[in-house]
Amino acid sequence: MSAPLHRQLGLSDEEFAAIPGLIGRPPTDPELVMFSLMWSEHCSYKHSRSLLRRFPTTGPHVLQGPGENAGAVDVGDGWAIALKVESHNHPSAVEPFEGAATGVGGIVRDILALGARPIALLDSLRFGTLDSPRSRHLFTRAVAGIGHYGNCIGVPTVGGEVVFDDRYEDSCLVNAMCVGLVPADGMLRAAAFGEGNLLVLIGNRTGRDGIGGASVLASAELSADDDSKRPSVQVSDPFTERKLIDCCLELAGGGLLLALQDLGAAGLTSAASEMAAKGGVGLEIDLDRVHLREEGMAAAEILVSESQERMLGLVDPANLDAVLAMCARWELDANVIGTVTGTGNFTARHHGEIVVDIPASALTDDAPSYAVPRDPAPAPVALDLDAVPVPGDLANAWLALLGRPNIASKRWIYQQYDHLVGANTVRRPGGDAAVIRIPGMSRALAVTTDCAERHCELDPRGGGRASVFEAARNIACTGGLPYAASDCLNFANPEKGSTGWRLAEAIEGMSEALEAISVPVVSGNVSLYNESPERAIYPTPVIGMVGLLEDAAASVGHAYGAEGDLVVLLGGGLPRLDASEWLGTASGSPARPDLGREAALVSAMVTAARRGVVTSAHDVSDGGIAVTLAESALAGGIGCTVTLPGGRRADEVLFGESGERIVVTCRPEALAALRESAGDVPVAVIGAVGGDTVEVSVDGMSVRLELERARDVYETTLTKAIA
Amino acid sequence: MIAVVRFPGSLDHDSAIRAVQAVGGQATYAWHADTELPAGTRAVVLPGGFSYGDHLRPGAIASRSPIMAPVRRHADAGGLVLGICNGFQVLCEAGLLPGVLRTNQSTSFVCRQVELEVVDRHTPFTRELGGSLSIPIKNHDGAWFGDPATTRIVLSYGAENPLGAVASAAGVANAAGNVLGLMPHPEEATDPLLGSTDGLGLFAALVRA
Repeated sequence: MSAPLHRQLGLSDEEFAAIPGLIGRPPTDPELVMFSLMWSEHCSYKHSRSLLRRFPTTGPHVLQGPGENAGAVDVGDGWAIALKVESHNHPSAVEPFEGAATGVGGIVRDILALGARPIALLDSLRFGTLDSPRSRHLFTRAVAGIGHYGNCIGVPTVGGEVVFDDRYEDSCLVNAMCVGLVPADGMLRAAAFGEGNLLVLIGNRTGRDGIGGASVLASAELSADDDSKRPSVQVSDPFTERKLIDCCLELAGGGLLLALQDLGAAGLTSAASEMAAKGGVGLEIDLDRVHLREEGMAAAEILVSESQERMLGLVDPANLDAVLAMCARWELDANVIGTVTGTGNFTARHHGEIVVDIPASALTDDAPSYAVPRDPAPAPVALDLDAVPVPGDLANAWLALLGRPNIASKRWIYQQYDHLVGANTVRRPGGDAAVIRIPGMSRALAVTTDCAERHCELDPRGGGRASVFEAARNIACTGGLPYAASDCLNFANPEKGSTGWRLAEAIEGMSEALEAISVPVVSGNVSLYNESPERAIYPTPVIGMVGLLEDAAASVGHAYGAEGDLVVLLGGGLPRLDASEWLGTASGSPARPDLGREAALVSAMVTAARRGVVTSAHDVSDGGIAVTLAESALAGGIGCTVTLPGGRRADEVLFGESGERIVVTCRPEALAALRESAGDVPVAVIGAVGGDTVEVSVDGMSVRLELERARDVYETTLTKAIA
Repeated sequence: MIAVVRFPGSLDHDSAIRAVQAVGGQATYAWHADTELPAGTRAVVLPGGFSYGDHLRPGAIASRSPIMAPVRRHADAGGLVLGICNGFQVLCEAGLLPGVLRTNQSTSFVCRQVELEVVDRHTPFTRELGGSLSIPIKNHDGAWFGDPATTRIVLSYGAENPLGAVASAAGVANAAGNVLGLMPHPEEATDPLLGSTDGLGLFAALVRA
């Protein structure tokens, strides 16, 4: 190992050369380690920061935009909702159980740092296809890890999505989203202030686990020697996390905390330097006061350890005894490890010697920022429909589509997650969005995560829009008004090829769509370098969205209700096979979603749901309208007979995708009210609910799906695929 | 007053308190480290969760915590004790109920709605209940194992037996019938919004005590 230390740590020669100018001398080794982590992509967003400014982040109900541990919006009656999505992709590729579990733990602590009670979790997952033993292993172990952690901390895992595609074979994606509830006037922030106030480290002991995780794992491509990175994956302890939640909420509720910050990537270094930089103050930390798991840890190790289940609180000295007593009551270790100073410096002592003494802002505000190359990808090639054979037996093709892991029921996953704990889950997983009532209020939240990754590969601007509108339609189908969003931008190496352009274009498309529906982004995360020498992932900008329902009792599900209900198509999207699940590849040239028409459809759906004129609603997405109709029939246990507008190939009509379509049902007498709710949005009565088959006619040709046969395929696919 | 015991790692204590309130009762917490139940306690709930993180065995550490001494005295005096999920595991570990809870047949966590049959209507808990209840299960170690010949099986999963319990037992009582443990979560079936109100009857029985 002859490479200089800074290169081993992942710093470029230019970055290393810039440090003395910031601190007035060459860095000590612990300082160099701190710089390497804080200036990593994971902590500094150095390749994406300038692009992220494009997102709309303001709105009348925004209480906290990007920049804190999580964002927050006002939901009325004195309450706020905190939300954030975050990736744990690289740790999950190295050790899927602990990687996914600690991903959940980390996002929960981000929410907790606002003083918010975590009330819902979602997971957005991408793996290689299930015929790959490696992907089966990663998928099943990641699901087990998510379940283990979420179940044990008592936060319901209510939603998410999973896609299996060969492009994720080498770089799986594990994104976790958490939603929390906090009194609007009791929200905590991370900024340190007030000379003499105390830093109290609460929770797990600090060990050597996760050292260098942010730079080693999250900011470089994975390669064949991944085994050597295993010690960088953190180990989870959900029992301690649960006590940490209980304890911190009691401390926050009692007014005993001045600020709160979680220890995540880059551990104490990141937590303390961000608290100091945000508050414009200095911090003096005594590393000998940090409670350790093992003896003989070096100063740098203590400073950057990513041991889980730790929070850093800012405490008025007058409240210290009360804080320590509360921590003792919850059987949590807690120690005063430092004080706020007026110097602006991050100072650390170890065995009595000063080992770190640098401006806190040098680690955070002075982190480098790079413009990514913006070489456009080639324009997508129009789909040659003549080269796509029309299936000879459409009924069998329909059944086969329902039996694809990307379409089939995800019950095998969500049945392993406690999606009920807390007794607030009004709409369970399996529908368009989950609905959680807000404890003590008549209002409820709809929550979803979505991404149109194949569309993003072909046209990142259009795919960015499609991802947002998919989430918005899912929220609207339950009756929720899209209200706030968080994003997790999963991309390949931004320094290579067209990835930088794709990132910028996807952000542009997402921003356009968010502006069209007046939804702010209040938090987010970026995960780059998701590629191996063999393949890069699709651009996967996951959007997590929260919607607001005025009346929890008025939420709408996707299951057909009663025989005789009319089946009605809302919206004017034209079905196309480009980028469709039916093709199964990113090919063709999908239509770019129309901002005005998509926003109008979302608005019409919300209005119709709020007026109580629909008995079910389900948006048309992967697999096209044939899958939409089948899923509503399976969920309701009753079929339907439908005639679809023709004039196109039958496989396009049945399996084509495009967005801008929602299938709803209503009582016949409610049709006029539905048309009125829809305004200018196209409303077409296409059939009626009834029977035990789903029968679809196109241009005089009829295709029929028997519900019981469809159920068998739809419900058993995933179980069989991993057996 | 209904006392809901809170251990480190308890998760369903708030839901249990809301369930008691939904049937017109009053509830308060009992802390695991206390040596007496709250004054005026008429019945006790041991709620669901992962007390002590399921370390050692589910319920093993909680069953030896200080609060269990007064819970045992309360049960010995004929007072009602309801153990839900982890609470059921604690009661078995404490020897207040027969048998043990083993890992589910699927070896994984199972969260879903189930239909329960009330097979013993002669306990204070079940006297007023209907014949069947729709209530969710959510656990990892919920397969009751014991001797059905000598155990009062009160609630049954019927033919389906989703967790692989001996005799399809979902809930069992002590011989006197005043201590009941069940794996399903009645506090999650207390409001039409949650899909079922079939769990209310068990809490109503506590409030009547």
